[in-house]
Amino acid sequence: MAIVTLGKKACAVNPLKMSQPIGGALAFMGLRGAMPLLHGSQGCTSFGLVLFVRHFKEAIPLQTTAMSEVATVLGGYDNVEQAILNIHKRTNPEIIGICSTGVTETKGDDVEGYIRQIRKAHPHLADLPLVYVSTPDFKDAFQDGWEKTVARLVEVLVETPRSAARRDPKRVNLLPGCHLTPGDIEELRTIFDDFGLEASILPDLGGSLDGHIPAEFTPTTIGGIGVEEVATMGQSAWTIAVGAQMRRAAEALEQKAGVPFRLFERLCGLAANDDFIQFLSEISGRPVPLKYRRQRGQLVDAMLDAHFHIGGRKLAIGAEPDLLFDLSSMLHDMGAHVEVAVTTTQSPVLARVEAAEVLIGDLEDLERRAKDRGCDLLVTHSHGRQAAGRLRIPFYRTGMPMFDRLGAGHQLQVGYRGTRDTIFTIANLIIADHEAHHEATPDTWRPKAEGGTPAMH
Amino acid sequence: MASVSATIQDVFNEPGCGKNANKSEAERKKGCTKQLQPGGAAGGCAFDGAKIALQPLTDVAHLIHGPIACEGNSWDNRGAKSSGSTIWRTGFTTDINETDVVFGGEKRLYKAIREIIEKYDPPAVFVYQTCVPAMIGDDINAVCKAAKEKFGKPVIPVNSPGFVGPKNLGNKLAGEALLEHVIGTEEPEYTTPYDLNIIGEYNLAGELWQIKPLFDELGIRIFASISGDGRYKEVAYSHRAKAAMMVCSKAMINVARKMEERYGIPFFEGSFYGIEDSSESLREIARLLIARGAPADLMARTEAVIAREEAKAYAAIETYKPRFKGKKVLLITGGVKSWSVVAALQEAGLELVGTSVKKSTKEDKERIKELMGQDAHMIEDMTPREMYKMLKDAKADIMLSGGRSQFIALKAAMPWLDINQERHHAYMGYVGMVKLVAEIDKALYNPVWAQVRKAAPWDLPGETWQAKAMAQMDAEAAALAADPAAAEAARRAKKICHCKSVDLGTIEDAVRAQTLTDVAGVRSQTGASGGCGACSERIADVLAAAHVPAAPILQAAE
Ligand code: SF4
Repeated sequence: MAIVTLGKKACAVNPLKMSQPIGGALAFMGLRGAMPLLHGSQGCTSFGLVLFVRHFKEAIPLQTTAMSEVATVLGGYDNVEQAILNIHKRTNPEIIGICSTGVTETKGDDVEGYIRQIRKAHPHLADLPLVYVSTPDFKDAFQDGWEKTVARLVEVLVETPRSAARRDPKRVNLLPGCHLTPGDIEELRTIFDDFGLEASILPDLGGSLDGHIPAEFTPTTIGGIGVEEVATMGQSAWTIAVGAQMRRAAEALEQKAGVPFRLFERLCGLAANDDFIQFLSEISGRPVPLKYRRQRGQLVDAMLDAHFHIGGRKLAIGAEPDLLFDLSSMLHDMGAHVEVAVTTTQSPVLARVEAAEVLIGDLEDLERRAKDRGCDLLVTHSHGRQAAGRLRIPFYRTGMPMFDRLGAGHQLQVGYRGTRDTIFTIANLIIADHEAHHEATPDTWRPKAEGGTPAMH
Repeated sequence: MASVSATIQDVFNEPGCGKNANKSEAERKKGCTKQLQPGGAAGGCAFDGAKIALQPLTDVAHLIHGPIACEGNSWDNRGAKSSGSTIWRTGFTTDINETDVVFGGEKRLYKAIREIIEKYDPPAVFVYQTCVPAMIGDDINAVCKAAKEKFGKPVIPVNSPGFVGPKNLGNKLAGEALLEHVIGTEEPEYTTPYDLNIIGEYNLAGELWQIKPLFDELGIRIFASISGDGRYKEVAYSHRAKAAMMVCSKAMINVARKMEERYGIPFFEGSFYGIEDSSESLREIARLLIARGAPADLMARTEAVIAREEAKAYAAIETYKPRFKGKKVLLITGGVKSWSVVAALQEAGLELVGTSVKKSTKEDKERIKELMGQDAHMIEDMTPREMYKMLKDAKADIMLSGGRSQFIALKAAMPWLDINQERHHAYMGYVGMVKLVAEIDKALYNPVWAQVRKAAPWDLPGETWQAKAMAQMDAEAAALAADPAAAEAARRAKKICHCKSVDLGTIEDAVRAQTLTDVAGVRSQTGASGGCGACSERIADVLAAAHVPAAPILQAAE
């Protein structure tokens, strides 16, 4: 329905996009005992680190090969080797995940080749998984880095089961997109539990970045899925992928281990969750638990209460493709009009966004269009705060980064419950905005001097 | 036009930089471009440093030429404040793509400058070079020159691509860009005998405004601020100031020194952190301005303001004394290395752990600065378990620190106060110091600590992570005590230099094998102290111990 257009500006203003190496690094953080390593100059890692620390409000494991100017010219073998040896010695990780950056891709470092050489030169590293993903900064976006990294993890770590008979009907794989928060993942884990399904979640940020106080302390990730569990994901009966970005990893898993998959592009909204819950009921052979029947009722009730406020709103939304598709569709289902949609990178879902156009652009595009089209609801990450201040419209923060509010890791948008709470939160923002700026006054409906519009929404 | 490497060389020859002046000629040549430790490094790049130094100029459009990583992951993340324009907070980047990497990004950069001028019309555009365009040979100087001629607006190249070095090098390269392209290019409408430049202050959390009312009262005019809440024009005519204050950090010493050399503007290094330092700085400003022609009564008026403000501040702090009785502070920072912060905390009745120094002799002050400064890196390497133990062993009630230790300290359920660059509170001047004391009080007496430290009712005593961590670490210590060989290995494995990851054993071996006698020798043999240099004190201790073999090196190194 939507036409996808590419911005033509030479200068991006107020970027919506973040780089793909850190998307890759975040995916690695969903593994237990992991140390993500960016192959590049130290600054790239430092920026990524600060970004994650401010978002999750947690100590974050992230290392760099610390390429100097000279090293970028000569090639980075020595740096990759030293970094791996140092990390191995200092932090004894269970896996090192390596992402390239713009600097090392410009030179064209053959990191896969380096890894082979390093393995030869240092046999004591034989059992340490080293997973490399090519993620140049000057291509694609955060979501792509996540997508490629999860697919690569499947390719490298999942073992092909010897026989299909070993498949465990109670086991499922969950491949969540990067738009799911640790809180979302926790919610899905609970839902699986309630259907008696045992889920292997890759990557599992719910276990690693959910803000718990750990019993053990390591400089690598704490919690997350173990490498040995990833290896056995081929024995699961089903793979459930969430977000179109996860198709690639799901297909890789199907190819490698023959696990069939079902892709859920959305998990925010009534119909999307009906499909999801129904599917779980089918594959588990269990009736839908009472709890979810009740939750469904609550969501329906929330939709009825909130449609007065959300209905007719003109939405301006800026987010990565899968989040954009999920949230804008949910708000469309609530009667909002998706007037402006801006995203970061290409995706098959974009054409199906309920808008006339989806622009691959930045927050300046979002702000200008929102202003021109009189939008009265803004949805994007924390960097939208300046635009929201100027537009003076209700602003719902979602996605990454969220550095100026607490609880980013626990924001819940999936499931009946997550949809219900999201609807309440957005409706309340609209109500508060109305009270603050749009209460009727004696002059509200008085015709303006020259064709001004009434101030009442 | 100087090349980047020539500029870097020039920065390292900076006599105003104490760290470099102490190095040998050959070392100075190598400067901070020395190899960082792969897999063990942290910290921002030179581009980061350049942007930190210049971005607080509020009416300038700051355009980052590079892939999305450099700006997209980090824009609008600083705590500087503006009294006017907001364009400095707008993220501008060329976001170069694969095609640009193949064919060069200069055309895109030129077009980007044009778009910014057409849409936002700022008084100047600053263009920051980053690694990838530097690698492919984009000549930002040439593009800026062409754009300047075409659009009739200053377009300033800031040549500080990330991979040339760390943040502090970037601070200085940013200063060089101002010296080369901005300072001295315009003339002020008028001058007064009270015109003061402030250099190296970024107005974090608006802290400059804690001082400004005092300046206003005394008639002292902030002529140009480089760069907190500064304007392009002010910097361009800043060469007409009467005097300058260089705010404590050495970040922009090159700017202060070269402006003295070129334009005869005297400067002093001062700080507004802490009560004594604030008073000292105000006196020094008055003295310099009077020497340059301001009326002599400025000093008397300044003294009157100082007396009034000190009395007010001490009276406010006095009220906390009973509440702070017996409370201990662990102060760890690479940032606010101000003696007078310590003095003010002591004034409020807080005890500082890590030092028994009470008297304010010069040597004592130096020692405390050393204690506060040196282990900022060590903290970043710490696990919560170690931090918990450290706080417990030190019997500290609160920790003041900066950087990334925040979440680790909080996980250790210890009151913690942010005094780093991303902090939300302003702590400058007299009011700032009172604010800091009030914040400490708030943190110390928050009822939350008792609750978060309490175990769940179903946890058996000794089963909380805190108890387990302590038991575990005590067991490790006991095991070491029982096994001299392991103890020796652990002793030798102790990290002395955190930047270059050099342990005690390596240094001891080098000292013995090469019969080294000074820190420079150790540095050239092992690389230790080649980073931030904070560990030179510890290396001196190792050297001293090497000549008195029985000395307890470990304690000294801590
Ligand atoms: S190190 Fe280079 S590529 Fe990385 S953020 Fe800094 S300037 Fe950009």
